[in-house]
Amino acid sequence: MKDNRTAAVTKQMFKRLSFRPPAEMIAGESVPMWRDVLRRLVSNKLAMAGVVFLVLLAVMAIIGPIISPHDYFTNNLDRTNEPPSSEYWFGTDSLGRDLFSRIWMGARISLIVGLAAAVIDLVVGVIYGGIMGFVGGRTDEVMNKASEILYSIPYLLVVILLLVVLEPSMWTIILALSVTGWINMSWIVRGQILQLKNQEYVLAARSLGASGSRILFKHLIPNTLGPIIVTLTLTVPSAIFSEAFLSFLGLGVQSPAASWGTMINDALASWTLYPWQMLFPALLISLTMLAFNVFGDGLRDAFDPKLKK
Amino acid sequence: MVRYWGGKVVSVIVSLFVLATATFFLMKAIPGDPFTQEKAVPPEIKAKLMAFYGLDKPVWQQYLIYLKKLLHFDLGMSMKSQYQTVSGIIADSFGYSFRLGIFAIVVSVVVGVALGILAAMYHRKLIDSVAMVLAVLGVSVPNFVLASFMQYVLGVKLGWFNVAGLGGPLDYVLPVIALSALPIAYIARLTRSTMLEVLSAEYIKTARAKGLKKRAIIFKHALRNGILPVVTYAGPMTANIVTGSVVVEQIFGIPGLGQYFIASVSNRDYTLIMGITLFYAVILMIARLLTDIAYGLVDPRIGLRSRKGASG
Amino acid sequence: MRKSWLLVLALLLVSGTVLAGCGSNKSSSKDQVFNMNLTSEPPTLDPALAQDSVSFTVLTGLYEGLTRKDADGKVIPGIAETWDVSDDQKTYTFHLRKDAKWSNGDPVTAHDFEYAWKRVLDPDMNPASPYAYQLYYIKNAQNYNIKTDNPNHISDPNQVGVKALDDYTLEVQLENPTPYFLSITSFWTTFPVHKSAKDNPAWAAEANTMITNGPFKITTWKHGNEIDLVPNENYYAKDEVKLQKVHFVMVKNASTELQMFQTGQLNFAGFPTGEIPTEQIEKLKQTNKDELRIQPIASTYYYNFNNTKAPFDNANIRKAFALAVDRQQLVEKVTKGGQQPALGFVPPSIKGEKKTYREEYPDTGFMKPDVAAAKEALAQGLKEKGLTSLPTVTLTINEGTGHKQIAEALADMWRKNLGVDVKIETQEWKVFLKNRQNLNYEIARAGWSADYNDPMTFIDMFTSNGGNNDIGFKNAQYDELVKKAYATADQKERMQLMNQAETILVKDNMAILPLYYYTGVYMVKKNVQNIAMDYQGMVDYTRAYVQ
Repeated sequence: MKDNRTAAVTKQMFKRLSFRPPAEMIAGESVPMWRDVLRRLVSNKLAMAGVVFLVLLAVMAIIGPIISPHDYFTNNLDRTNEPPSSEYWFGTDSLGRDLFSRIWMGARISLIVGLAAAVIDLVVGVIYGGIMGFVGGRTDEVMNKASEILYSIPYLLVVILLLVVLEPSMWTIILALSVTGWINMSWIVRGQILQLKNQEYVLAARSLGASGSRILFKHLIPNTLGPIIVTLTLTVPSAIFSEAFLSFLGLGVQSPAASWGTMINDALASWTLYPWQMLFPALLISLTMLAFNVFGDGLRDAFDPKLKK
Repeated sequence: MVRYWGGKVVSVIVSLFVLATATFFLMKAIPGDPFTQEKAVPPEIKAKLMAFYGLDKPVWQQYLIYLKKLLHFDLGMSMKSQYQTVSGIIADSFGYSFRLGIFAIVVSVVVGVALGILAAMYHRKLIDSVAMVLAVLGVSVPNFVLASFMQYVLGVKLGWFNVAGLGGPLDYVLPVIALSALPIAYIARLTRSTMLEVLSAEYIKTARAKGLKKRAIIFKHALRNGILPVVTYAGPMTANIVTGSVVVEQIFGIPGLGQYFIASVSNRDYTLIMGITLFYAVILMIARLLTDIAYGLVDPRIGLRSRKGASG
Repeated sequence: MRKSWLLVLALLLVSGTVLAGCGSNKSSSKDQVFNMNLTSEPPTLDPALAQDSVSFTVLTGLYEGLTRKDADGKVIPGIAETWDVSDDQKTYTFHLRKDAKWSNGDPVTAHDFEYAWKRVLDPDMNPASPYAYQLYYIKNAQNYNIKTDNPNHISDPNQVGVKALDDYTLEVQLENPTPYFLSITSFWTTFPVHKSAKDNPAWAAEANTMITNGPFKITTWKHGNEIDLVPNENYYAKDEVKLQKVHFVMVKNASTELQMFQTGQLNFAGFPTGEIPTEQIEKLKQTNKDELRIQPIASTYYYNFNNTKAPFDNANIRKAFALAVDRQQLVEKVTKGGQQPALGFVPPSIKGEKKTYREEYPDTGFMKPDVAAAKEALAQGLKEKGLTSLPTVTLTINEGTGHKQIAEALADMWRKNLGVDVKIETQEWKVFLKNRQNLNYEIARAGWSADYNDPMTFIDMFTSNGGNNDIGFKNAQYDELVKKAYATADQKERMQLMNQAETILVKDNMAILPLYYYTGVYMVKKNVQNIAMDYQGMVDYTRAYVQ
C-alpha cells in the first residue's frame, strides 16, 4: 500500500507544476489493492478454515432446526435432562426440549446479535473515533468528553428503560448493546490516529493538497485496520456475552427462544450433573470465536503486505 | 501548566454535571420506586416513606435538591439500607473490588503484553500459535463458565481453594484468573497486532540494519509504539475492573461495588445509583487522564498536542 | 527493563504479604459455630423497620418478643411468662419474667414493649415502619399511626391500647377479637426496643450501637459481607444457648452457596434466605439424604388473571386455563422441590379451628383439572365472548430461572391442551410489579406468603379495596363475608365464612390460577441439631448445637 502510494506520488510530482490535480488521483488506483488483499487472504489456510467454519455455522443455523426431528419449544416432561442419544442428538434440557434444535435456533440469535452489534460498533465507532483523532483540538475534547459521559451512564438503566419503552425483542437488545458498545472502538481508533496523523506520509499527503476526509479515510483509517479488526473480532463475542449477561438479569431474548448465552446460563447451576447442556453451547461459542479470530488475523495480515516475507 | 490543569478540572466538573443530570432523569423515568414490593405497603405509610426521602416532590425539585447536596459532597443516605450513607457503602465495597482489581490488572497487562511480544517476535512460528490459542481461549470462554468451572474443579473437587469469600491471599487466585482471562487475551492480541506493524516500520528496519539485537529493538524501540493501543484499552479496562465485575463477584461471593450497583438499580435505591455512577465516572476519568499522560510518555508528539488542545 | 520487572514482582510479593495478614476464618466442624448464608445485606436490624426474611433471620437471634414459637409452631412463653385473655377476647394482659435483661444488663420491662410498639405506630417516625399495620389490631392504633387525610386521627399516644401497668405487666386492648393475636406477639415488628434508640436514629445500622435482648448479641457487621453473633451473657435462658458463634455470610449465587455447604464453609444452606438450585434437588435427595430437608411453608404460588380485561374477564376462559394445567406434572418434573399442587389459595400449613384449615376445608372440591373439561370451558367461554378462537395470550413473569421454567411448562400445556398460543414476557422485577399493580397484563405470575397463622392473611387480600388486590376482582358478597369474619370471635364460624369466600374466589370465579403450595428446601449438616423451621419458613437457630 505504502509502496504504491510513494510510487504514485513521485509520478504526480511532475504534473503538479503544471496543474492542480484532483485529489483522487494522488493515491492512484485502489482496486488492485482489494484484489491483492483477497488473494492473500485466500492463500492463508488458517483464515480460510475459519471462514469455512463460519459458513458451515450459518448453514446449520438455517437448516439445523429443519433437519431435526423435534422442534425447539415443545416440552417433553417425561424425557427431561437426557444425555445425547440417537433420538435427541444433543440430549434434552430440563423441560425435555431437544437441545439440537435449540442450539441452532440459538445460533441464529447469537450470530445476528453479535454481528449486528459488531457492524454498528464498527460504523459508529470508526467514524466517531476517526473524527476525534483527526480533527483534534476543541472538537476532540468535546467529543471525547461526550463519549466518556455516555460510557459512564449506567448501562443497566438504559437497557431497562429501552425494554420498558420498546417491545422486548432481539432488535431491542441489539439496540441496547449498541448504545455504548461503539465507544471502546472509537477510543482505539482515536488513539491510533493521534499517533499516525503526524507521520511523514500523512504530512506528505496533506502538503500535496489532499482533503481532510480523504486523508482520514484513505490514509489514516486503513492504517489503523490492525487494531480495528482485533477490536471487531472481540466485539462479536463481547456482544454475545453481553446478551447472555442481560439474560442472566432476565432482560435477554424472550423464552422459549434462547441464545447460546441463555442456554449456558440455564445450564450453569447443574452442569456438573448434565454436562452436555453446557458443553454444546459453550463449545460452539468458543469455536465461533476462534473462527472469527483466525479470520480477523488473516484479514489483518492480508491488508498489510509488508508482513509478507 | 496551571491553565492546563485548570482546564482539566473545569471539564471534569462539567462532565460530572452532565452525567449526573442524564442519570438522574433516566433513573426517574424507569417504573417503580424504592418501596415497590410484592406485598404493597399501605398507601398512607408509603406516602410517609416517600415524604421522608423527598420523593413526594416534583422531579425537577428533587433534582435541584440533589445537586445542591452534591455541591457539598453529600451523596446522601441509601434508601434501602436504613441509615447507611452512600459514601460509606461505596467506601466499603470499593475496597474489595479495588484490591481484587489491581491484582487482575497487573496480571492482565504483564501476561498480555508478554504473550503479545512473544507472538510478534516469533511471528508465524509455534510460539505465536500457542500464544494466540491461549489468547483465543481467553476471549472465547465466557467468564462465568470459566469461574464456575474453576470453582468446582479447584475448589470442590481438589479442595485447593475456598469456594467463595476473600479471607486469605489464596482466595484471590480464582477471581483474579476469572477477571483477567479476557483482558489478557485482548491485550495479547492488540500487542501482537501493533508490534507486527511497528516491527515492519522503517525506523525499526534501520535499527536492525545498524545491527541492534532483536531483543534490544523490541524493548527500546518497538514496544514504545506498539503499546499505544494497549494503553488506550487499559484506561477504561482499569476503571471497569477496579469497580467490580458483577459475575465474578456473584460467583465468588465477593461483596464488591459491582454487586451493589446491580442491587441499587433493582432496588431503585436512587441515591446509591447516583453515588455509584458518579464514583465510577470519576474513576473512569482518572483512568483516562492517566491514559493521556501515558500517551505523552510513550509518544512525546501526542503529549504536546493533547496539552495544547486542552488549554487552547 | 529487567529492573522494572523486578519491581512488579516485588510489588506483588509485598501486597501478597499484606493480604496474608487478613487471615482466613475457616472453622473446624466440631466448633459450636453456625454458618449460614443470608444472600444479601439485611436492609435494617431495627425491628420496627424490618420487613424481609433476611432482616428477620438475623433479628431472630438478636431479639425476643413476648412469646416465641416452638418447632411445631405452637406459641410458647418468651419474655412474657404468662398471659390472661379477657372473656370478650379484646384485652390481653402479659406478665413478664423478671430476669430478662438487655445485652447491656438493663432489665427488660413492660415499658420497653410499650415504647417499642408506640414507636412503630408513631405517625412522625422516620422512616415510617412499613409493617405498622401488623399492630392495627390494637385499639386506636391505626388512627394514631395515620395522620394525613385522616379526620379520625388520634394525636394522643396514651389512647393507643398498649400500656405498661407496672414494670412487668403489659396490658393490650384490641379493636376486635383477634384469635391469632398471640401469634403476632412473636412477630419481629413487636420485638422490644431499648430506650437508647431515642437519641440515635441510626442505632440499628452498626454493630456497636445495638442493644438487644435476645439469645445473641451482634459483634461484627461488615456491610454486604458478614455478620457475627455471639451469645448474650445477660440472656435469661443463656444455658439453653449452646452455639458459641453465628456467622452469616452474604453470597448471591445459589451454586456457590451449595458448594460452600459441600466444602464445609456453611452448615446451613437454602431456604429461607438462600436457595438450593432446582436441578440439583433430585441428585441431593440421593447423595445427601440426611442433610436435605423439604418442609411445606405457608405460601402459595399462583398466576393472576386480569379480571378486568378481555379475554380473562370471562370466568369460563379463566376456568379453561386453570383446568388445563397438570399440576402434578409441574411439581414433579419442573419445580421438583416436593411442592404440593394447589387447587385453592390458602396453603396447608395455616391453622384452622382445631386442625389445619386445609384439613378442615380441603381444596379438592374447587376444581378437577382435566383437559376435556378445560376444552369444554374454553368453547363455552369463546361462545359467550362471541369469538371463534383466542388471540395470542401474553404471560408476564419476572426474571428468575424458576419462574421461566414454570412459565414455559405452562405455556406448553396450554398450547397442547387448548391450542392457545402463549407469549412469555419476562420483565425486570419492579417494572413487573408496577405493571401488575396497574393491571397492565393478561396473566401474571404471583406469590403470597402468610404474615400470621390464619387464613385471613390470604383471604382479605382480594377484597374490592384490598391494597394487594392486583387482579381487578370485585365481588360484594366476598367483601361481606370477609367483613363478617373480621367481627366474629367464634373460630368455627370464622373458618366457615373464610371458606365461603375462598369458594367464591376460586371455585365460582377462578379469579386466580393456583399452581402449588411452596416448600422450603434447605440443607443442614448432619451434626447440627435443633434447627427449627416454622410454618412461615423462618429458621430458629437460637437453640441449635453442633454434635
